[in-house]
Amino acid sequence: MCATGIGAAVRRKEDHRFITGKGHYTDDINQPGQAYAYFVRSPHAHATIKSIEAKEAARMPGVLGVLTGAELAADKIGNLICGWMIHSKDGSPMKMAPHPALASGKACFVGDPVAVVIAATLAQARDAAEKVKVDYAVLPAVTDPAQAQKSGVPQIHEVAPNNTIYQWHLGDAKAVESAFTSAKHVTKLDLVNNRLVPNAMEPRVAIGDYDTGSGTFTLWNTSQNPHVARLVIAAFVGMAPEHKLRVIAPDVGGGFGSKIFIYPEEVVALWAAKRVGRPVKWTAERSESFLCDAHGRDHVTHAEMAFDAEGRIVALRAKTVANLGAYMSTFSSAVPTYLYATLLSGQYEIPQIYCEVDAVYTNTGPVDAYRGAGRPEATFVVERLVEVGAREMGQDPAELRRKNFVKEFPHQTPVIMNYDTGDYNASLKRALEIADYKGFGRRKRESARNGKLRGVGFSTYIEACGIAPSAAVGSLGAGVGLWESAEVRVNPTGSVEVLTGCHAHGQGHETTFAQLVSDRLGIPIDNVSIIHGDTDKVQFGMGTYGSRSGAVGMSALVKALDKVEAKAKKVAAHMLEAAEGDIEFKDGKFSVAGTDKSAAWGEVALNAYIAHKFSGQELEPGLKEGAFYDPTNFTFPAGCHICEVEIDPETGNTEIAAWTAVDDFGVVVNPMIVEGQVHGGVAQGVGQALYEGAVYDKDGQLVTGSLLDYCMPRADHLPALNVATTVTKCPSNPLGIKGCGEAGAIAAPAAVINAITDAIGTEAIAMPATPQAVWAALKKAGRSLPHAA
Amino acid sequence: MYAFTFRRPETLRQAANLLSKNGDAKPLAGGHTLLPTMKLRLASPPELIDLSRIEGLEGIELTGRALTIGAMARHADVHGSPVVQQAIPVLAKLAGMIGDPAVRHMGTIGGSIANNDPSADYPAACLGLGATIVTNKRRIKADDFFTGMFSTALEPAEIITKVSFPIPKKAAYQKFRNQASRYALVGVFVAKRGGDIRVAVTGAGANGVFRIQSFEEALKKRFSPKSLEGMTIPADGMNSDIHGSAEYRAHLVGVLARRAVAEAVGK
Ligand SMILES: Cc1cc2nc3c(=O)[nH]c(=O)nc-3n(C[C@H](O)[C@H](O)[C@H](O)COP(=O)(O)OP(=O)(O)OC[C@H]3O[C@@H](n4cnc5c(N)ncnc54)[C@H](O)[C@@H]3O)c2cc1C
Repeated sequence: MCATGIGAAVRRKEDHRFITGKGHYTDDINQPGQAYAYFVRSPHAHATIKSIEAKEAARMPGVLGVLTGAELAADKIGNLICGWMIHSKDGSPMKMAPHPALASGKACFVGDPVAVVIAATLAQARDAAEKVKVDYAVLPAVTDPAQAQKSGVPQIHEVAPNNTIYQWHLGDAKAVESAFTSAKHVTKLDLVNNRLVPNAMEPRVAIGDYDTGSGTFTLWNTSQNPHVARLVIAAFVGMAPEHKLRVIAPDVGGGFGSKIFIYPEEVVALWAAKRVGRPVKWTAERSESFLCDAHGRDHVTHAEMAFDAEGRIVALRAKTVANLGAYMSTFSSAVPTYLYATLLSGQYEIPQIYCEVDAVYTNTGPVDAYRGAGRPEATFVVERLVEVGAREMGQDPAELRRKNFVKEFPHQTPVIMNYDTGDYNASLKRALEIADYKGFGRRKRESARNGKLRGVGFSTYIEACGIAPSAAVGSLGAGVGLWESAEVRVNPTGSVEVLTGCHAHGQGHETTFAQLVSDRLGIPIDNVSIIHGDTDKVQFGMGTYGSRSGAVGMSALVKALDKVEAKAKKVAAHMLEAAEGDIEFKDGKFSVAGTDKSAAWGEVALNAYIAHKFSGQELEPGLKEGAFYDPTNFTFPAGCHICEVEIDPETGNTEIAAWTAVDDFGVVVNPMIVEGQVHGGVAQGVGQALYEGAVYDKDGQLVTGSLLDYCMPRADHLPALNVATTVTKCPSNPLGIKGCGEAGAIAAPAAVINAITDAIGTEAIAMPATPQAVWAALKKAGRSLPHAA
Repeated sequence: MYAFTFRRPETLRQAANLLSKNGDAKPLAGGHTLLPTMKLRLASPPELIDLSRIEGLEGIELTGRALTIGAMARHADVHGSPVVQQAIPVLAKLAGMIGDPAVRHMGTIGGSIANNDPSADYPAACLGLGATIVTNKRRIKADDFFTGMFSTALEPAEIITKVSFPIPKKAAYQKFRNQASRYALVGVFVAKRGGDIRVAVTGAGANGVFRIQSFEEALKKRFSPKSLEGMTIPADGMNSDIHGSAEYRAHLVGVLARRAVAEAVGK
């Protein structure tokens, strides 16, 4: 390993610019003549738009245009789409309702954009927006997914009777039924996976520009996947042909999934720019982020787990209603299906699994992938069931898990996935040691002496990252492939530019991708730069989400580097007057086997470009190679998180007393960055378990519409985390990487709730387990004082 | 934010005149309540009268048996003041519990009291310590000052200049935070000064800060947490929202009152 190679805790190259305020975010960009957009949004969750009166607004100072759904339709701007086809049990395709960028005829959630004002200044746009008079006929609304399919509730879209988008299932219902019939013990739980608001630190921004000279559009946006945005806006929205649309996603301040999707505001910024003949900028206010960024989770589930007499799991079944909100966001359909039910086997050998998922429309903001996307929901189901099962059967929760772990690989689950490698016992064992599980009883007694309740909870989670291969995801309904691309451009002086189709918005690619190059070519890490996020510079790529950049994106880079090395060896062979087969490359030096003849990396790079030592007929000048890489399987990171809580029974307040995370992410490229990802993920998972929850009232108003009411986890909510890794190499990519970006958020909620329920002695608590909720649960269970056992 | 005229008077008299001239004008102190409301366009005063250049509104001093804090003293000033820490340590501690460092370096005691947010901390201290609010026109007892949620006894063009706190023998404040906003979901301030015992509650009441007579009576017999054992207040009249039902808030009042007394007596 070189000092800046794979496995080294290299400091993040990008941080200097971020922490000194020199990042270039979309809102930092301004174009000459730029105008501003302000959206008029529906204040009602469900309402017919009878008319829009914009004359007065249009006459206000600075106003360049007031646009509505009518103009959008007249200009034949197409609808936004959901790009993953799901079929119902009966074979019928999902019911995707039209999603115009500006509501037409009807508004379906509070925040639905109804009109946009473009003006010379933001203040002018905002003033004029107040003068746009929209005549609404308010309709009754439905916000609770559990109610959405009942008869008599408001119908949101004509194409979807009973607000039902699809009724999907996976597994063998009959086999599961018979396994349950002969089971010794059955554990049953009703679970709600609470709705979350992503809250990336940087709000979404879009700047649209249209160059009448070339007929080219440019969109600067806060995107996790600019090429996919360009593809959708070109091919489906029909704004411009793909080659006449450039999408640039510069520094992006956090995404967590919410910036994968293609949003109405981006479409409108482009369209309006052409209409008014000036660049148009829109920057979300935090209140708009709350209302309009795609939310996460929002499942209502009934789940059951069947055990035999020895405590072996014989079957699992779950019935879930997933809320997709008012419109189907870009990848919304896949999250509660192929990213959820396929993970219901957890780390366990479960012979039979059956899962039914109904996806529904409600008068709430759209719901789509959010850090973990489907896998936190699955983990919560599996890990709650196992923990409660252990309690009900009087078994140690760690022991019951161990007994049921998958121990041989590859392992085919009954729900599509084929686990490649893992050692679940190793991470459990290590976590038990670090957490001092044996000493828990003593700590519990100590807490009791101080009037506190202590509990411990496990989460031995599994997840699937780097979704691939493309043919497999295509067969499951994906509209795109999930490979990745890379291009390596070696300059004549030997420095290297890597163009990746991935996109960094906090992950640290500028460091980790450069580590791979430094390692492979033996050159200083500072001689490598990583370029991403501009469709005019970078070849098509799929972007970053689902912890895919390491496993898929870096693998593409490996392939491109293979080609660079092969070409460089040819150049070196000419320089050193040796046969190509005799050239060896090591530590940045090309040498002829068995001789002392050698050439340094920089010399070979220069020779590739000056081309003095070979004829252009024999060998092409230059040193630049590209590659596309499609993995052979998903990757399966897994691990064991143990949470210890201390609860004040008088107030219901929960404190995380200790956290242990032992994860198997395969080969670790940069342990410092990986630890950071675990910290962030755990914080978000703890946020879901204890603090966060989007609440809509029955009229569809978002009660938690600001940070005054929506609680994000803060640094002082968490203790110092004990983080460790165990390694089994992933066989489905050349680097052995599994991915680490979402693990914490996937593992944490179950660990926290398992710990709380252990402490309070009742399973009846929903997330977020706020002080009030814990106090009420204790009261209901008649357990308000700690037992000094 | 809508456009407004910004005024920066240098004397109290000028400020009061400006306020009298324009009935919709508002004094601006730390701006940490007023400006966010204006940004959200929930308030639109045509004129802001900035108090920050007026001399003599910031001082903190101990005079005889009272601690006087200027209306423009920032939360961080009060928190860090050796005079406050010496005279009424709980007040310094309370100021340090408000918001975050940015809020504490801008927000002022005068602004907090004038605003009388039902979840704010200072109103509990004023009522709990039996403070006197001094304005450019008169002196107002805390008991008469806080008249309900976001409302006070202040008249138009009346400016708070300082707050005078009598020094208690024993005092403590227990704050149970709203997790999201970190304002008080419930805060209980208890103080004992001779025979005068006060229990003031913020966060919980549907009408803002209030005193609990029954608790005060019980504590008069003996100033000990034991005196409050088993005592509760009715959920009626408590605030109720997603963060805490009226019942939960009423329950917390009892818990925090006992803890505050325990802290005050050093247990
Ligand atoms: C993120 C955040 C967290 C917060 N957390 C807390 C908390 O935990 N606890 C808490 O108690 N508060 C909290 N606050 C409120 C904070 O303490 C405010 O600063 C305070 O409530 C208002 O003081 P100000 O000086 O900012 O007043 P301003 O915002 O300037 O004014 C508030 C109101 O008082 C009037 N006013 C100001 N000064 C005078 C005066 N001298 N005479 C008459 N009227 C006057 C103004 O006209 C205005 O109507 C928080 C605020 C923020 C933004």
